[in-house]
Formats: sequence, C-alpha cells, structure tokens
Amino acid sequence: MKIHEYQAKEVLRKYGVVTPRGIHCTSVEDAVKAAEQLGGKIWVVKAQIHAGGRGKGGGVKVAKSLDEVRQYASQILGMQLITHQTGPEGQKVRNLLIEEGADIQHEYYVAALTDRATQKVAIMASSEGGMDIEEVAHNTPEKIIKVFVDPLVGLTDAQATELATGIGMPAGSVAQAVDTLKKLYTCYMETDASLAEINPLIHEGNGTVKALDAKFNFDANALYRHPEIVAYRDLDEEDADEIEASKFDLAYISLDGNIGCLVNGAGLAMATMDTIKLFGAEPANFLDVGGGATTEKVTEAFKIMLKNPKVKGILVNIFGGIMKCDTIATGVVTAAREVKLSVPLVVRMKGTNEDLGKKILAESGLPIISADTMAEAATKIAAAVQ
Amino acid sequence: MSIYINKDTKIITQGITGKTGQFHTEKCIEYANGKNCFVAGVNPKKAGEKIFDVPIYASVKEAAAQTGATVSVIYVPPAGAADAIWEAVEADLDLAICITEGIPVRDMLVVRNKMKAKEAAGGKKTLLLGPNCPGLITPDEVKIGIMPGHIHKKGRIGVVSRSGTLTYEAVAQLTELGLGQSSAVGIGGDPINGLKHIDVMQAFNDDPDTDAVIMIGEIGGPDEAEAARWVKDHMKKPVVGFIAGVTAPAGKRMGHAGALISGGEDTADAKLAIMEECGFTVTRNPSEMGKLLKSLL
Repeated sequence: MKIHEYQAKEVLRKYGVVTPRGIHCTSVEDAVKAAEQLGGKIWVVKAQIHAGGRGKGGGVKVAKSLDEVRQYASQILGMQLITHQTGPEGQKVRNLLIEEGADIQHEYYVAALTDRATQKVAIMASSEGGMDIEEVAHNTPEKIIKVFVDPLVGLTDAQATELATGIGMPAGSVAQAVDTLKKLYTCYMETDASLAEINPLIHEGNGTVKALDAKFNFDANALYRHPEIVAYRDLDEEDADEIEASKFDLAYISLDGNIGCLVNGAGLAMATMDTIKLFGAEPANFLDVGGGATTEKVTEAFKIMLKNPKVKGILVNIFGGIMKCDTIATGVVTAAREVKLSVPLVVRMKGTNEDLGKKILAESGLPIISADTMAEAATKIAAAVQ
Repeated sequence: MSIYINKDTKIITQGITGKTGQFHTEKCIEYANGKNCFVAGVNPKKAGEKIFDVPIYASVKEAAAQTGATVSVIYVPPAGAADAIWEAVEADLDLAICITEGIPVRDMLVVRNKMKAKEAAGGKKTLLLGPNCPGLITPDEVKIGIMPGHIHKKGRIGVVSRSGTLTYEAVAQLTELGLGQSSAVGIGGDPINGLKHIDVMQAFNDDPDTDAVIMIGEIGGPDEAEAARWVKDHMKKPVVGFIAGVTAPAGKRMGHAGALISGGEDTADAKLAIMEECGFTVTRNPSEMGKLLKSLL
C-alpha cells in the first residue's frame, strides 16, 4: 500500500526524523492560510499524488510571496499531473502540501528495503540525491552504497556511520545523519514497510539534516496490525476496478490489451497472459480468482473485466485442483447469462472434474469455444477477435 | 527414490484442526501411503484428542518425540505462521513445509535470520519449504500439501516451481505424455522463503531416480538466475525452463528499488536469456513444457 508524501513525513516525524514544517490542504484558500501560518518568505507548493517525478511534471513550485502560493496552488490543484510513473493520462491532483523553504546545501538519497537474496534489510545511500535513483544506478552505480542489516541485530552505529561518511555528509552533520538512518530503519521495521525512501535527504547551512521528500510502501500482508497506516489509504489514488476486485478477494490489474483473462493462480495467470501475447493478441488484464472461486466470484470477475471497453474477447483458463472444474463451469455459465455476454469466450479447463465441467459448458447453449491447451485457447481467442 | 520425502516419511501437521488444515490433511491421508505417514497433529488446546485417527499433541517437540516424525506441514493462519515455523525448527525437524499464504514479510525476515543464527551456532539445520507454496509430492508414495494428487504419476522427471497451478500444469502435461514424476516441489511465491530453485535443482541432480527437470520461475528476484548459473557448472541432467510474466507490467509487484538491488536481472526476458545461456532448453510457450522435456530424453 502506498501513501502520500505528507503522510510519509508524519510517519517519519513520529520516529524523530526532522522534516520541514508543512501543512496538508485540499483547497487554494487553505493553501494560502497554511503559508501564512508557516510564516517566512519562501514556501514550496507540492502536489500530492501516489507517483514520483512530480517536480518534472510541474507539480512542485517554489513560491516567494503569498500571491504566488495562491497562483501555484490554483494551478496545481485539480490538474492532471503527468509523470513517468502515472501513465499518459496522468493523475488528478486533489491534495497539496505547503511547506516552509529549506536551505539546501546538498541533496542525498537514503532508502530501506528488504533484500530477497541476503534475506536482510538493505539500507542504500547515495551522494546523488534529488534525482531518479534508477538513473544513478544505471550511470554511476559506484555512487550507491548499501549495507545489509540483520533484523536480529538492527542497524549498527558502524553501519550507519559507514553510510553517512560514504555519501560525503560533512563532519558536523554525520552524527545527525547516523541518527536519522537509525530512525529510518526502526520506522521501516516497526511499520512493516516494504520501501521507505528519503529522496532527497539534505543538510542545511547550519548542519541540520532534513528529509525533504519521502516515499513509503507497506507490506499488504501486515496491514492487519497497522490500523494507523490503513487510515492513510487514499482510494482516489488507486485504480477503481482494482479496488472493486479486491472487495471480492480477486487479484486484478488492468493492462492495455483487448483479451480479458480469468485464471486461478498468479503464476498460471501470468503464463496465460504470456501465451495470449505469444499467439498474437494482447491481454487486457491480470485476474487471479484464487483457490476458492464461487459462482459469485466468477460473475464479479466477468463484470470487472467487461467494464473495460477495450475488451473484445475473454479467455478463461482454470486448472482444477482443489477447485473443481464443474464449479467453475457453472460459474462461467451463470456469469455469461447474467452479464449477457456479447464478446467471444474461450474456456480451457483441466484437472479435477474436467469432463463434467466441459459438459456443463457444452449443454449451456451459450456460444462458448472450448480448448484443451493454453496455446489452443490463445490461438482461438486471437482468431475470434480478429 | 525421490527428493526430501518418500513413503516412509513421518509427518506432523501444525494447524491440523483449522478448516484448511483439516480439509487437506484428509486428502493427504487418502493419497498413497498417507495413512502411515501423517502420524501427528499439533494444537495445545486439543492435546490428547484425535482427528482422522491422528493423535494431537500440545507441541511439535512432543509430537516429534512421541512419533519419531521428522517433517512438519504448516497450515497455521498468517499471524501465527512464522512462530509455527520456528517451533518446528526448535524441535530440530529435518523439514518444515509452510503452506500458509499472506505471512508478513517482516515475520519471515526475523524467522529466517533466527534459523541462520541457530545453524551458525552449530544447531541442527531445518530445511524450510515455502511459505505460500503448494507443498511437495512424491507420486504414489506421499503427498504433503494442497496439490491435486490424481494428476500425478510415478516416474523419473523432477518439477520445481514458485507457482502452484503452474506446477500442476507442468505435471499434467508430463503425465499426459506418459512421463511420471520423481518429485514435484512448489517453493512458493513469497519474497522471503526457505528452499530456492538452486537447492531443489541440487537435490534433483543428486537423486539417482530423476532423469530430467522442469524448472518454472516468475518475474522478480534473483533466484532463477542464481539457479541457472549453478546448473551451468554442475547439473548433469537436461532442464526445461519457463518463466511466467513476460507481459507483466513493471513495478506492479515490487518497486523499482527491489529490482535495483537484484541487479536488474529480474524481468522474465532477462531470466529466460540467462537460463538459455546456462544450457536450459527454454520455452516461451507454457503449453510446450512437457513436450519439450520429452524431446530431450
């Protein structure tokens, strides 16, 4: 689960990480009031969306007067902000963060994430903050330093010092940088984050180390023990169909193609998408109905797939294990009738009660095309939508 | 022969009294020699009772001591699953198989590091399969997990995969072509897990009754590439490889920073290329896995 920058900074402040003072707003009037309240002569007006690259897209502006705060806030609020992470349609800006200015002397990058290979927490840091870390990794990988933290031990002073000095933090700021890194690690562990990134982390003229921007992802499996994080969820930032699907315990991700696919199991679902592409069509979605699909779940899955106007055909691929093919067949027939299916439907069923499932489909009177293998199913659906 | 388990394996079921545990324990007992293999269940509140004629003990340690079981299978719900794994490790079992899906990553991080610390201190090493996996099966001998038993056939092909249904797909293709399996192993889809592709490939390589292997992977993480490099240098048997997720959108599953750490080798295309370089016979068509393997024999 992702959260906004202003929320990420709230989380960091709870753990004692220093951030600029800032106020979250949802209207231009409130933005101006926020700037007045913060005081000073310089403010940053920041669009809050769940995507990076906001500055380049025009979603972050430095204002030097309250009039400019008003001007930028009205420009940014409500705009469709397009960044390299939003897709071409962009994301509507509904939230702003008004912050005091900072005396930036240098921008660094720090992040905590779980490393699968070592099964430790990796803390990464770089002297090249404020830019896309992927670019740094690609162009100057030697400028990224990593330490691997044993969760039974925690981030040690030695490790944190290695990072702080390694990225060139000036002597007067090393102690606070070490402290910040240790707090970042503690915060990462205690909140069950899957990514905690501060980019940029800066030091100011007086030596203060501050988190100027922050990004968190949280482990969905652990949200049950973090109601305080769940409260941060902003459904406006998520795909409406994916939210609808999650209500029915369906894993759904919309894609750009024209073949809807409904599969049990994530691996088989991906393999089905790959097969569709291999045989000349493009998948319109990833949809895993999981192990315990019911008629209701299959019907909802059909409805969600068909909401996508690009869908010109549907491929159902079920490997019946614990879930029986006849159950799925009944679900498919019910769903096809209920949604008055008007696009071609290819069904491939294998496994437990396969013959019974095929019989139910054949006797339904619906124009369902049957297939024995994934390849055959993909070939047939590609031909049907031509 | 087979890898990890056979008809003489004695198994404890942790979470035997829950809905999922009951359902699958019954199916496992019905399969081949299951009745003799599943010798104990664990539930501290129901110690002394029986379920499907299987005695329930208060702890894994006690169950192991009373029955001589060396393997456990875990159906405990996510919040308590990592503790259940640790209980199996503390009881010095040979192998713990965790079926549970949805365990917090932090819990797995902690338990994996506790396991490594125990080994480093000279304690007994317990292998972990999973979590979030279908389990493993040695056809016609014993099935431990949630896979449908009837699609399997005894034979000499090994199957290893992260995905459950994709394992079944490969197994069914082999069985249809008359090729049985020595063992089929689902290592699970979680980022922090126990046995990896490389471990299972080593086991299949050492098993005199396995002639060839189908290795199935997915996008994300460095495991398949690591296994492929090992295969190149050590594997004496032909391997067919498939990676799911060529069409998966980037960044949906794991952030870019994760890919960064693994060195950018975690896309399906990158993994397929490495596997091909390392002598795998790879396919981009998952319907062909069985046929391709047959052509190598």
